[in-house]
Amino acid sequence: MSGHSTYEPKTGIERWLDARLPIIRFAKETAIDFPTPKNLNYWYTFGGILAVCLVVQILTGVILAMHYVPNGDMAFNSVEHIMRDVNYGWLIRYMHANGASMFFLAVYIHIARGLYYGSYKAPREVLWILGCIIYLLMMATAFMGYVLPWGQMSFAGAVVITSLFSALDQIIPGLGTAITTWLWGGFAVGGATLNRFFSLHYLLPFMIAGVVGLHIWALHVPGNNNPTGVEPTSKEDMVPFHPYYTVKDGFAISAFFILFAWFVFFAPEALGHVDNQVPANPLVTPAHIVPEWYFLPFYAILRSVPQKLFGVLAMFGSIAMLFALPWLDTSKVRSMRYRPTARIFLILFVLATIGLGWCGGKEPADMVITMGHDANNDPTGFSVVWFSRILAIYYYAYFVLILPLLGLFETPSEVPTTISTPVLPKGGSAIPAGAVAAPEKKG
Amino acid sequence: MVETANAEPHAEHPHGDPSRRDFIHIAAIAAAAGGVATLAWPLIDQMNPSGDTLALASIEYDFSKVVAGQQAVIKWRGKPVFVRHRTPKEIAEAKADDHAALRDPATDASRVKPGKEEWLILIGVCTHLGCVPNFGGGAYGGWLCPCHGSVYDTAGRIRAGPAPLNLFLPDYTFTGPTKVKIG
Amino acid sequence: MLRKSALIRTAVAGLGLLAVIGAGSVAGAATTQAPLKEVPGGFSFEGPLGKFDQASMQRGFKVYAEVCASCHAMSLMSYRNLCQPGGPFYDERWKDHPAESPYCKAIAADVKVPDIDPDTGDAIQRPATPADHFRSPFPNEPAARASNGGALPPDLSVMARAREGGPQYIYSILTGYVAPPAGLTIAPGKFYNPYMPGDLGSSWSGSKTTVPLGGVIAMPFQLTAGRVTFDDGTPSTTSQQAKDVATFLAWTAEPKQQERKEAGLAVMIYLIFFTGILYLSYRRIWRDVAH
Repeated sequence: MSGHSTYEPKTGIERWLDARLPIIRFAKETAIDFPTPKNLNYWYTFGGILAVCLVVQILTGVILAMHYVPNGDMAFNSVEHIMRDVNYGWLIRYMHANGASMFFLAVYIHIARGLYYGSYKAPREVLWILGCIIYLLMMATAFMGYVLPWGQMSFAGAVVITSLFSALDQIIPGLGTAITTWLWGGFAVGGATLNRFFSLHYLLPFMIAGVVGLHIWALHVPGNNNPTGVEPTSKEDMVPFHPYYTVKDGFAISAFFILFAWFVFFAPEALGHVDNQVPANPLVTPAHIVPEWYFLPFYAILRSVPQKLFGVLAMFGSIAMLFALPWLDTSKVRSMRYRPTARIFLILFVLATIGLGWCGGKEPADMVITMGHDANNDPTGFSVVWFSRILAIYYYAYFVLILPLLGLFETPSEVPTTISTPVLPKGGSAIPAGAVAAPEKKG
Repeated sequence: MVETANAEPHAEHPHGDPSRRDFIHIAAIAAAAGGVATLAWPLIDQMNPSGDTLALASIEYDFSKVVAGQQAVIKWRGKPVFVRHRTPKEIAEAKADDHAALRDPATDASRVKPGKEEWLILIGVCTHLGCVPNFGGGAYGGWLCPCHGSVYDTAGRIRAGPAPLNLFLPDYTFTGPTKVKIG
Repeated sequence: MLRKSALIRTAVAGLGLLAVIGAGSVAGAATTQAPLKEVPGGFSFEGPLGKFDQASMQRGFKVYAEVCASCHAMSLMSYRNLCQPGGPFYDERWKDHPAESPYCKAIAADVKVPDIDPDTGDAIQRPATPADHFRSPFPNEPAARASNGGALPPDLSVMARAREGGPQYIYSILTGYVAPPAGLTIAPGKFYNPYMPGDLGSSWSGSKTTVPLGGVIAMPFQLTAGRVTFDDGTPSTTSQQAKDVATFLAWTAEPKQQERKEAGLAVMIYLIFFTGILYLSYRRIWRDVAH
């Protein structure tokens, strides 16, 4: 990060520190003066929202760990102790539990924004891959965190997810069993599993924070992408990060917190499941197990494949696609604002993912469209499992067929030459100003 | 990397009164600071004793089985409490020293309840650095702290060693002929 | 023009679908249950501004203590909880020391809890103190099953959070006992309840298209009219007893519920105000920039 610093140490102490550890200079360059495209819209505020989510989760999580007992006999009651007896324990726990959902909601919007504006394309591939790694770490952290209250859903979730590795038995007999036994620290999910999950659940958020540091570093080398996907060319295209984006992000964060607070204070259990209020019992599995909402699309892909090993591979593969994305999209145009055909396919992709999430919350034998009943009075027709198969195929096709081919065959609309072209009234752009800049940004 | 043209956006004030513009920013910063400060309190208060801990802040003890010359050590708020059944000799020794040169002057009568002077109830935590003193050590017939050698007499008053104060008395009341409520 | 408006529409549709997923993830393939009953007058604690009705909680506690507690444990509750702010026997004079409240001392003293004699090591029964947890009716799970025909009466501490519908479910179950329809075989010692989630297909002799809704429960009908005498003179109907005990169980499942909602109201007002100020600040800072 070069040469845009306006930092001049004023006092002797500042000069002394600047010569030894230029931390104030660094902070000023990266968080205050950093030149940022002036046309970032509200979709771009989710990076800041996510940073706040991570801080909230770490802060509340460290506090919960002061009261939580990672022991198979005591975990459930220690969570209830937090809810009942610890001062404001209910608030801190509900913030942490709903904070996880808010974190995922924000990260999905953040990812969708990256997909729409082509933020994964050169020269931002490493930035994108670091983001994918953060997402993977988030999934691992959230999964292990959900196990900790040690309710029935916690237990069932731990059993199902760790058992995914037993599919490896179909490649090398015995390998999967050895790995699951190792993960469990026993012959089934039990107290030893809970204790190690607690340890890792405490560790991983700090690893996330580390990768977030790299993610921001990788952002600051090429600078922000922007809704036009055109690299900035002049001073006119840029504003310093502070105060322009601190206040814009701050506004968005505050608005996001209204939603967050609604869940924490008025619907704290709405995203959870009643079966998790029953203490874990290895002898009984709840009638209908579902993962947390943010895992449902992947759960649907897992269940859409009838063969165990291939189901697991399909599920992990769906996330692996994201890593390969920068090299799968062949288009020279970055932003889908100027790719009308690709835009339709992306909207279908988002709908397919949401549809997969819907399927993940249903039983595979449930009907999407009921056409009749069989002899046992069970409905027949177009079932959830077939619906999720179609959606899963589209999910994969978007990455391996549509994006590679579309870049070769589509006709993009005219791309402006500079960021400022579409917004400056005398810019002479083919695109009328009002059509591109959002009305809420006419500040 | 390109430079920014708007690095000093507020150098001139093309839009009206600057003080009014500043007001909204100051209000925003003040509201943010107030919000953070309010949220900080639950995060701090959670470390204070929880409801179940506070519920055990007072206990009842039946001392009918503690004979003269013995003491019971019971746990109260996580700390040892000495319930000592004093012999007449111990009481006499303690009273004799009421006007000796004491580091933390107190009469024996002020350290027991009227009419119950055979019962000496103390928090068994040395006022030096928190160790638990043992009975029967030291030159005054009372307690000796094993950590740094503070010596207490038969009224629990500090007589020698580094401790600055007498052993503390908990709040207690006799609720029956053989029952005391501590806390 | 697609672009932004389409993206926003997609996002809104997505959020809507998420809500559907959240709401729709309950129904299993074969489990059935009759639609829960409407509670007469509704519960006072429902909704974002709902508050617990203290008199109803006191009556509900009496139903619990005289009826439910003979089989069901409630191990997460202590007697002192009854006197804490928001509880059924809360009195302002003992705001900071609920365990000192004479109401809770009296309630606890009427109950004998197991303990160990500190001098002899013998198992004894002593009067409970406010700090003690509610007495469990059975010493352990096998004993509870043995006394209840093999069925385990579930712990009621968080019952109102542990079933879909919560208090409404509790009300429906307690008041919902009806004679099994002809053609339904119910094992001796078991009872038919249309509000119990279950699958009655295998014990139904009629047509597969008319399997009755509901399931089998090991608890017989309990709340006969007049079973509990209410001290405040409220008529002790089945419905009244069930509504009051459901209110009490809603409170025990989350004793801080009312505190949560009251804090939430203040937080919401603050956040909306703060967001508004930030928006004005944002507009002022950006007004000089064409973008």
